[in-house]
Amino acid sequence: MKKLINAPADVVAEALVGFERAHAGRVRVDHANRLVLRGDAPRRGKVGLVSGGGSGHEPLHAGFVGPGMLDAACCGEVFTSPVPDQVIAATAAVDGGAGVLHIVKNYTGDVMNFEMAAEMVAAESGVRVESVVTDDDVAVQDSTWTAGRRGVGVTVLLEKIAGAAAEEGRDLDAVLDVARRVAEGGRSMGVALTSCTVPQAGRPTFDLGEDEMEVGMGIHGEPGRHRVPLSPAREVAEMLVEPVLADLDFTGGPAIVLLNGMGGTPLLELYLMYGEVAALLEKAGVTVARNLVGNYITSLEMAGCSLTVLGADDDLLRLWDAPVDTPGLRWGA
Amino acid sequence: MVSLGAAVAWMADFAAVVAEHEAELTDLDRAIGDADHGANMARGMAAVAGLEPGGFADAGEYLKKVGMTLVSTVGGASGPLYGTFFLRFAGALGSGPGAALKAGLDGVLARGKASVGDKTLVDALAPAVSSFESALTDGAGEDVAWGVAAEAAESGCEATIPLVARKGRASYLGERSAGHQDPGATSMALLLGCAARTLA
Repeated sequence: MKKLINAPADVVAEALVGFERAHAGRVRVDHANRLVLRGDAPRRGKVGLVSGGGSGHEPLHAGFVGPGMLDAACCGEVFTSPVPDQVIAATAAVDGGAGVLHIVKNYTGDVMNFEMAAEMVAAESGVRVESVVTDDDVAVQDSTWTAGRRGVGVTVLLEKIAGAAAEEGRDLDAVLDVARRVAEGGRSMGVALTSCTVPQAGRPTFDLGEDEMEVGMGIHGEPGRHRVPLSPAREVAEMLVEPVLADLDFTGGPAIVLLNGMGGTPLLELYLMYGEVAALLEKAGVTVARNLVGNYITSLEMAGCSLTVLGADDDLLRLWDAPVDTPGLRWGA
Repeated sequence: MVSLGAAVAWMADFAAVVAEHEAELTDLDRAIGDADHGANMARGMAAVAGLEPGGFADAGEYLKKVGMTLVSTVGGASGPLYGTFFLRFAGALGSGPGAALKAGLDGVLARGKASVGDKTLVDALAPAVSSFESALTDGAGEDVAWGVAAEAAESGCEATIPLVARKGRASYLGERSAGHQDPGATSMALLLGCAARTLA
């Protein structure tokens, strides 16, 4: 394992120290609870947006805290969900009287910890909490017989769009409605060229040959649909586009497309892949109205990428275009 | 009835047993999960072992704190599941250990939405609960019932080996999850084994 760390057990805490220094004034860090909070939280009368999950997916979620996106991110251990205490503390810290939305990726641990936190908040304070769960990974088939599709790239788009809705003053029901439309309207598929290495594990999560790739892997190195020989980008693009379009029809309106890097693939390759993917989408009759290319929901140093397609409408496009000012995503601000 | 002293002894025993089996639980989890069950349970039970029992009025109050402590320290899916088990168990303990076990199981079912046969800790807990109840119905004392329950949990745990996981991270493996004993069912069987030693 070659990593720029001191001790594996200290990675998350020490990264938060650096994050706070890098973005001083714009965000606050609650080190005891491992929370990243918007510098001006709580905002009176604004719906608070809280997300979180295991660390190792940066910039998600801490990098998306700021005006136009999240109010707080709860940072768990690497690939381990935060505990309810963190979510409860974050919810209290961002509540401005208009209620709080929890944005949760569909993993067994994340869902249960956020659910317990929401129940405890309801029992012990007057804060109204609603939750939205993202589950866009079409690689998980037979979802009735599993923990269900995993939450991946759509989470980034949802945090941006729901964040804009909250920023412009919509109430909790309206923000929840926007969030649900995004969660239901997006699908993703990824491919891994190499494994990631969890610092505390010290060795790669899975073994993948020099000439192999895993199609449909998850952002924690979960197994995908199948392992195939390393193929040219044009063929890989087909392997991503085909299952996404087979799962949902995106030809009815404009689409927002995220071509996301897993952490270990250069932008040169991501742009090459975006070219291939965009051409295939266009050929299939999908109108790509907006796009985002880069590392937004990563899996430590894993090489590979994922494609997310979100069916949008004028309202969602307008919210997508609204100003955002966070460490990981910034425009119009 | 479960006394405060017995409940404290149960948790001390479980903390020791989890520490002893930490590597085994982690290896089981590496095969079909994410290799952290041993470390997570050991961290949680070390925190539980550090609770000062003098501050509690009775076993119910103490085990409620055990549940809260596990929720706050274990993380992942096991934290909420074990935490919920103890919170509900503690809440129903006034009606006896059989009712407490049943309440604990109901809490876990509601939290995890798993059924028997999904290859989760429910596969160890559910047969233990029904065996405890039938033993009492058959006229056995609570001491005998705990032993029967622990044996049922052990068998239920072993019976997870051929199952295909339908809940939790192992479910992403589909058929590839068969042939491995479920780590959560294993720690649950250990917990009930400790109960038979300390509560009987």
